[in-house]
Amino acid sequence: MENILECQNLVKFFPGCLALNSVNLTVPRGKIVGLLGPNGSGKSTLIKLANGLITPTSGKILINGMEPGIETKKIVSYLPERTYLNDWMTVNNMIEFFCDFYENFNKQKAYEMLKKLGVDPAQRLKTMSKGTKEKVQLILVMSREAELYLLDEPIGGVDPAARDYILDTIIGNYNENASIIISTHLISDVEKILDGIIFINKGSIVLTSTVDDIREHENKSVDTLFREVFKC
Amino acid sequence: MWNLKSDRPIYSQLIEQIELMIVSGIYPAGAKLPSVRDLAGDASVNPNTMQRALAQLENDGLLFSQRTSGRFVTEDVEKIMKTKNSLAMGLINEFIENMSNLGYDRNQTISLIENTAEEEK
Repeated sequence: MENILECQNLVKFFPGCLALNSVNLTVPRGKIVGLLGPNGSGKSTLIKLANGLITPTSGKILINGMEPGIETKKIVSYLPERTYLNDWMTVNNMIEFFCDFYENFNKQKAYEMLKKLGVDPAQRLKTMSKGTKEKVQLILVMSREAELYLLDEPIGGVDPAARDYILDTIIGNYNENASIIISTHLISDVEKILDGIIFINKGSIVLTSTVDDIREHENKSVDTLFREVFKC
Repeated sequence: MWNLKSDRPIYSQLIEQIELMIVSGIYPAGAKLPSVRDLAGDASVNPNTMQRALAQLENDGLLFSQRTSGRFVTEDVEKIMKTKNSLAMGLINEFIENMSNLGYDRNQTISLIENTAEEEK
């Protein structure tokens, strides 16, 4: 299966709101893709559909050729917008928790990253700052040897130095069988590490391209193009 | 070491900067290059983009790869000197153009350079 993610005429309708309007999309393996769009454009809806947290109104979404379910959850590692972890747990607890849950969780990798980012594994989530919590969650998600990583706003709350480390971690974990989809507003921070971008607005895909094609043909950064396309 | 601007394709900037590292002797003739992953990590860029830049440099003959042992700088010193010269020509032409925008012709520019060099002695 060459495409790790595929959408065919994907529609998601919420009462009073057409969240995704007939989306057709393919993401091949071995790519780091930015899912970029203004607030309320459908980014998180798309990511939730890929996780099977919500189901399509019509159309199809396929992960490695399969509809979201038990088999796809084994190969998809998801970082949600909001934390779902119990805040009385320590980082050590959570690592054990993830180990029990996911066959492909690499404990050693997790501890290495925690050390690099200076997070004490004995600390409880409750006592951590917002940024540290985000780091821990991202570490847990990136420590799985998955085939598709879905990162919903992964660097919003962390400081620029840690942001760089996190992006380096993403590059360092890159392997040619896995793809990473990052939804974010911090385009200028991430564009260097992206292969391709998807611009989404009001539930429709407005543009798919590669970062270098945009720079070559428009002579501007993805960040600048985004600001122009989505000018308020 | 890496300095990437946001309004130009990343891969062409990577090519220029690796060329610079080769002609300036950071990676001399015959030297082994770090792995794609390490170079990409170092420059904080996507590994596919780095791979594309290295493939282009290989096509141009500045690099060559050996299946099992990695990627190396060419041992052809002449080739490296040629690249160095063409980089220098680029800089000189750009400078002459900037000077001409300031209203200096070629001869005036050259004598200005000589004067400056004289003063620095």
